[in-house]
Order: sequence, then C-alpha cells, then structure tokens
Amino acid sequence: MSEKVLMKGNEAIAEAAIRCGCRHYFGYPITPQTEIAAYMSKRMPKIDGTFLQAESEIAAINMVYGCAATGRRAMTSSSSPGISLKAEGMSYLAGADLPALIVNVQRGGPGLGGIQPSQSDYFFMTRGPGHGDFHIIVLAPATVQEMADMTRLAFELGEKYRMPAMLLADGTMGQMMEPVVLPEDTVDPATIPATKPWATTGTEMKRAHNIVNSLYLKPDELEKTNYERFARYAKLEAEECRWEEYLMDDAEVCVVSVGITARVAKNAIVAARKEGIKVGMIRPITLFPFPKAALAKAAAKVKGFLTVELNMGQMNEDVKLAINCAKPVNMCNRVGGMIPSADEVLAAIRKEAK
Amino acid sequence: MAIVFQKPKSLTDVPYHYCPGCTHGIVHRLVAEAIDALGIEGKTIGIAPVGCSVMAYDYFKCDMIEASHGRAPAVATGVKRALPDHVVFTYQGDGDLASIGLCETVSTACRGENVTIIFINNAIYGMTGGQMAPTSLIGQVTQTSPYGRDPKTQGMPIRICELLATLDAPAYLERVAVNSVAHVRQAKKAIHKAFQNQVEGKGFSLVEVISTCPTNWGLTPEKACQFVEEKMIPFYPLGCFKDKENGK
Repeated sequence: MSEKVLMKGNEAIAEAAIRCGCRHYFGYPITPQTEIAAYMSKRMPKIDGTFLQAESEIAAINMVYGCAATGRRAMTSSSSPGISLKAEGMSYLAGADLPALIVNVQRGGPGLGGIQPSQSDYFFMTRGPGHGDFHIIVLAPATVQEMADMTRLAFELGEKYRMPAMLLADGTMGQMMEPVVLPEDTVDPATIPATKPWATTGTEMKRAHNIVNSLYLKPDELEKTNYERFARYAKLEAEECRWEEYLMDDAEVCVVSVGITARVAKNAIVAARKEGIKVGMIRPITLFPFPKAALAKAAAKVKGFLTVELNMGQMNEDVKLAINCAKPVNMCNRVGGMIPSADEVLAAIRKEAK
Repeated sequence: MAIVFQKPKSLTDVPYHYCPGCTHGIVHRLVAEAIDALGIEGKTIGIAPVGCSVMAYDYFKCDMIEASHGRAPAVATGVKRALPDHVVFTYQGDGDLASIGLCETVSTACRGENVTIIFINNAIYGMTGGQMAPTSLIGQVTQTSPYGRDPKTQGMPIRICELLATLDAPAYLERVAVNSVAHVRQAKKAIHKAFQNQVEGKGFSLVEVISTCPTNWGLTPEKACQFVEEKMIPFYPLGCFKDKENGK
C-alpha cells in the first residue's frame, strides 16, 4: 500500500497517471490546471516518458490522438477555454474509437471568463463535446483522493469501451491540497499496446495494415458506426454508473451535487439534520453515464430535489430528465467563480423542506 | 520474362480515386518507392490529411491514421514520441498544411521533430471543388476568387519552403515538381532523402511537390503540366532550401 501524502489535486492526477502507465502527456498552459503540466515536465524526463508543451490545445489533443492510436496511455489537460479548442480532437478521438484521458479543471465562462472555480462546462462535456453524435466518459471527483483514483478509472473505462474519458473537476478540486493515497505503481507501460490489436504500431510485415479513421463516405456505413457506438454507451450506462448516497435512507429532500459544491452541501446537510430536517444527498460520480436509476429510485421516496451547482442549472436538467419531472427539482447555485456557502445551501434546504 | 517495371510493394491494389491528370498518383508512387527502397514498410506509420488525398490510408500498405484538417503534423508528433524508432510521415495538401494547419506545420518544424512531410502544392482546394488556397497565384481564378486572386484583398501566396528555411531546426527542405520526367526523377531523389533522413535520425524533413489539379484549373492534363512550368515554378522556384548535413 502506498503511503499517505499531502498533494494538490492537479498534482495527484499527474502522479496517478504516471503510476497507471501513462508515459505521454501533451498540454498547453492554462489556469487553473497548469500544475499538471508543470508536474509532468519534471517527472516524465526522469522515467523515459514524454512531456510535450504543444503549440496550442488543438495541437495537444491531436498529439494525444496520434499517441493513443499507437495504443499508449496518452493524456492532456486543460481548463474550460482550452477545452473548447480540444472539441475538434475529442470528436475525432470518439469517431476513431480511441481511448485517451482528457482532464478539464473548469473555470468560469463564457469567453475568457475568469480563473475561479466553475462547473459550467457540464452541458458541453456531457451532451456532446464536439461535432457529431457522440459521448465521452465523464467522471466528477470531489476529493483529491478521487482525483487520483478516477485517473486510473478513466484510463481503464476508456480502454474497455474504446472511448475518450474525462476527469471533469472544478477549479477548487485542482487547487486544493488534501491527504491522498496514490495508486500502486503496478502498470508496466510496455504491456499496454499489446492489448490493442487495432493500434497503428507498424505492421512489421506480419499483418494487414491497421487504419485509425473516422471517415465513412458511405452513409449506411457511417450510420452503422453510430449505432454500434451508442450500443456501447448503453452497456456503459448499464454497468458503469457510479454515485455516492449520503443519509438517503429516510431523506425527504434529496440534494444532488458534484465536486466542491457536494462538499459544501454535506456541511449544510449535517446542519439541517441537527434542525430535524430529513435531507440527504446523491452525488453523481459518473456524469456520463448519468446515474439516472439512482435518482429515479429516490424520486419515489422524496418530496423534492435540490441541485447545488456552479452554473445556471445544467445538471438540474439531467435530474429532471432522470426522474421524468416526477418531483420538483429546485436549485441553489452561484456562478462566475463564486461558491455558495454552507449557510446559503442550508437556507435552500430549509426552503425545500417546508 | 524479366520484370522491368512494377507497382511498388508498399502500395495496395485499391484503385486511386484521383481525377485524370492529377499528380497525386505519381507522388504516392514516389513515396512508396522510397519506403520500399529503405525497407521500412513494416515500421512506417502514415498520416493522411483532409483534402483530395484523404483516402491515402487505403493506398499505402503501412499502418495509417486519418488526421483532422491541418493537424497531421501534431498527430505525427504524437506517434513519433510513442514510437521513436518507427518512421512517421504525413501527406498534406496546401489548404491543410499552409492554411488551417500552418501553426502545426511551423511548430513541428521548429521542434525539429524527426518526421517526414510530403507537401502537395497545387494552388487550390481540390476536394471541396476548387476554392482559393493560401498558395493560389496572383490573379488565379478559383471558385472563391472568381475575379482572380487580388493581393489587395486576398493577400499574397505563401512560400512554405522559404518560410520554414528561416527556422534553425529543420534538417531538410526541398521544393520539387512532377510535371516532367526530369522533374519526377528529382522529386524521387528528394522524397527518398526525406525518408532516409528520418531513418538516420537527422530530423524534420519536408518536400514540397508542385502538383497539378487539371479538373479545378480547368485545363487538360497536358496544359496543367505547362501551367506548372510557366506559372507555378516561376513563383515557387524549385530547389533545396535547407540541407543541414551539407551545410545549407
């Protein structure tokens, strides 16, 4: 078992990725995720890995595309405005069914926005982060420990389902320091490409050529790839939904929140419980696939839902869809880099419990 | 009977989709001949572009990756960093390399990335039906310069070899043409060298091939070759712009 260390969320991602066999990082500086690049620039040259500061986020994601095509565990990281630039690459990764890790440590927007925490890329990441009909796996960590653990999960799920996978953190998660037990360094990077017979590693004159591609000029063929991909998404939803339930057994109000706001909400829930309010929380861990079944189950028991978000009500819509609007779904939110205090959330819970 | 001429081994049997008189076929062949001569088919990974040669992945027998428009040098970089002992080449047109992907082109050259780039310059966007390219000549009539390219509003054509020659990192930059037998022979030498450089670890090598587009130029294949000689080459002079190992 690895020892417990104190680390910044961004650095925990970087170290965890290395321990999961990632030897190729391509990135471009942007606040508040730059510590990932800085950490990689220090570590990678010491372990025969690649750190490459690309000319742009577009180039970085395309380097990831090329590297992932060779079967390596490749990653990039950025923050909201940079993720907009990676949208093209994410679409091509999805179209070519390539697994890769993309980290988005979100800041407020739109446009240049600000550099303080946000969850305003929720729609962008979960609905379709680029042109065409596709999804990526989206994981939402709420602790530095989860930043590390989900790095491994993202690589593994991405490879299992041949999809790009994203760690969708808010800026707070990237910047905060917490004790973390890093994953054991058990993955030998050299063994990974062999598990991917589709990889373009050179034919060695022993097989027909592999082609990594997303172009299908015949509409019936392209249609087939879309259906095949969505069948994989259905399997992903059936088997890989993850969420945390907190004090939900007798809850009459269900808070739904992720990342830093889920932690603020927990404090508010403890305070509300002291007042006798029966409130609990469902914290989605996978945002795509969204844990619809868990919310639908809760909808049968609770009086209503309260999403606590750093956006104008994006996950709120997913909750409404998950429960088919069977119960009221209200919201407590702050945007632009503001974070609601526990008192603000408590006030919203009290209102909800009335 | 002795075989005196045959298709290069590293080309598949898939028939080209290119228009009559288009020189993509010649350049594909020259690339395949270089791969064959160096015996590197099994360890070569090619990057196909967006443009007329988008389906190059069907024509080369080596492993192939299709890149998005302009990003082939970045994709090649990702592959090369993963497989430094392999041979990685991109095959790109002028819209791809000199317009939308100019940043990737310059940055990859600036890093001295040990890859080979084959740059097809035919001064037009062929696949989308003949629009103005960054390399379209002054006065050239295209679908999006119907009155002829006007430098006042549409700028001047870009000379990629000359631009990249200002950088310290590239190992080899040469401009060739394929409009005559003599030029094809020179192009073959240059393309071979661009691959050999990579095998020998010499660094970034780019060969710009002045090519034709009879369909969108509105010329017969023969007239298109004359157009290259009389209009293209005077603006895009052939020759070597950088050859580090020979002190150039």
